[in-house]
Amino acid sequence: MKICVFLRHLRSNIKIMEKFKTITSTFVPLPIENVDTDQIIPARFLKATTKDGFGNNLFADWRYDKAGNPITDFVLNNPTYSGEVLVAGKNFGSGSSREHAAWAVAGYGFKVVVSSFFADIFKGNALNNGVLPVVVSESFLADLFAEVNADPKTTVTVDLENQTITDNKSGKKETFQINAYKKNCLLNGYDDIDFLLSNKDKIEAWEKNN
Amino acid sequence: MGKTLFDKIWDAHVVTAVEDGPTQLYIDRHFCHEVTSPQAFDGLRKRGLKVFRPEKTTLSPDHNIPTLNQEKPIADPVSKFQVDTLTKNAQDFGLTLYGLGHEKNGIIHVIGPENGLTQPGMTIVCGDSHTSTHGAFGAIAFGIGTSEVEMVLASQCILQPRPKTMRINFEGKLQNAVTAKDLALYMIAELTTGGATGYFVEYAGEAIRNLSMEERMTLCNLSIEMGARGGMIAPDQVTFDYVKGREFAPKGEAWEKALAYWKTLKSDNDAIFDREITFDASAIQPMITYGTNPGMGMAINGTIPTLDAIDEASRISFQNAMKYMGFSAGEKIEGKQIDYVFLGSCTNGRIEDFRQFAAAVKGKMKADNVTAWLVPGSWMVEKQIKAEGIDKILVEAGFELRQPGCSACLAMNEDKVPAGKYAVSTSNRNFEGRQGPGARTLLASPLVAAAAAVTGKITDPRNI
Ligand code: SF4
Repeated sequence: MKICVFLRHLRSNIKIMEKFKTITSTFVPLPIENVDTDQIIPARFLKATTKDGFGNNLFADWRYDKAGNPITDFVLNNPTYSGEVLVAGKNFGSGSSREHAAWAVAGYGFKVVVSSFFADIFKGNALNNGVLPVVVSESFLADLFAEVNADPKTTVTVDLENQTITDNKSGKKETFQINAYKKNCLLNGYDDIDFLLSNKDKIEAWEKNN
Repeated sequence: MGKTLFDKIWDAHVVTAVEDGPTQLYIDRHFCHEVTSPQAFDGLRKRGLKVFRPEKTTLSPDHNIPTLNQEKPIADPVSKFQVDTLTKNAQDFGLTLYGLGHEKNGIIHVIGPENGLTQPGMTIVCGDSHTSTHGAFGAIAFGIGTSEVEMVLASQCILQPRPKTMRINFEGKLQNAVTAKDLALYMIAELTTGGATGYFVEYAGEAIRNLSMEERMTLCNLSIEMGARGGMIAPDQVTFDYVKGREFAPKGEAWEKALAYWKTLKSDNDAIFDREITFDASAIQPMITYGTNPGMGMAINGTIPTLDAIDEASRISFQNAMKYMGFSAGEKIEGKQIDYVFLGSCTNGRIEDFRQFAAAVKGKMKADNVTAWLVPGSWMVEKQIKAEGIDKILVEAGFELRQPGCSACLAMNEDKVPAGKYAVSTSNRNFEGRQGPGARTLLASPLVAAAAAVTGKITDPRNI
């Protein structure tokens, strides 16, 4: 089915997510590889039955000591760095399928996560919650870390429509991949369930044949 | 060109495909536990939807449940609320629940196969990354997020981009005391934790064909730890014998029909995989992890890599891991004292794991410095342990059995390893804090766990 066809199927009254707009923002650097979902949101915070409040516990064990006081040398506690973009080391989001990790990243206020590599399930979960995972080359990533180290006010621009990310310090630009379906969902703030249900006849036809 | 096993099952479940987008895939079996499902049920309520095919979803609480005194109310009110919410959702939406105290309750990836809910040729999902376990039966099984749980509840379908395919061949025979867990830890160490990201893996070769069903589940379970979307093994007589006669397995004529179909489920000789790797299974030693991700594994009698052997970009992570674990680059870990042993989880909490552990500790005594948590994966496993007299062997050796659940695998209940303590664990993740804040986890097989439990040290199981 073509994208334009299915978009017409979507009822416009359910818009779960905000529309994704082009972002220019400073960013928070996390130059650690293999950041797993147990670090993003430790298991003891998974007992909630709603999607709210996870942002407060994003990276909890790196962010707070045992007494619950902020650990000053962790980047989220350093007021020098801020922004709607998180830039992380290679292989971000490995480990469990907990969508709580995406809720924590979104709840904290990040709209984009940049890395040279993402774990599959995290990538899908992020997209389903309006957070855009942007895959850049290793060298682009290394440049961002070096630049923000020298100047925390360095910004990036993420343009989903054109699928580009620009390092505004060096002016370097890279294109990133995203499938057309998910791109349209993000740009329009749609989610998947309406689409699936719009194919109910096809689902029932499949069931009959099997 | 021929088809891979993966292609055959995937193609048979396509409802429709979006151009330059994902495939709408029909799901045959859906499992839910208490942690990743409440927000999905809430989503249905907000939209005013029912569960589309209630008979295809099975629920069991496992993550939060205590492993002592399960007959009493759960002490932690937040855990209790989450488990009660699962019960309420089962009632409100008319779903089958194997709740706390039910004879079929247990870790979802253990109870699916043992009740015959998991069958060859199926598509199986659950809001849990270790859903890859069910691939051992020749099924496409993978973990999903909560938004996707809601999709499956609402439509019995999911939207998925088609992954690439990889085949990993294990040729040759396994050495004595080398188990499926060692195969997996070896493979993840070779390929790294992101090495199979984007791929669905089929395991093949002589060593795989010789694995029991339990061992196949252990291997497929760990596929996710190298980033794979899932792992699978072509069904054969071992699979059919395991499934036959289980409660939800097809019976009579339906069995014959199913069997005829299942026998076609293998990769064609001329099928081409996007990537193919071969390992010599006979060279693999008993393994253990020394770091803070499952890819940081080594032969138990080996040494931790030196810093110059580590990729430059990975050195900070490596050094952080050494600091967290209290180990040094280049050192041996055999002989180091440990504090805890955990036998259990969806990786190694099945009957065969308990048989192996018991055989290894039989006639010996638990070391005084070790606290051991032996947690069956389900009540059916627990029943079998008692039926075979394994519990008596364990008690004579100074061990006690706890009640089933996920337990110290992720420490959402009381079973937390204290900060700084070392735990030899048969589970699947050694991430920082996974078994409790500050806990230091060494992943290993039930045999390595048994050797550690009776010597109090990291010990090569071939030496006890
Ligand atoms: S045993 Fe561990 S890995 Fe398996 S389902 Fe439970 S928490 Fe997850």
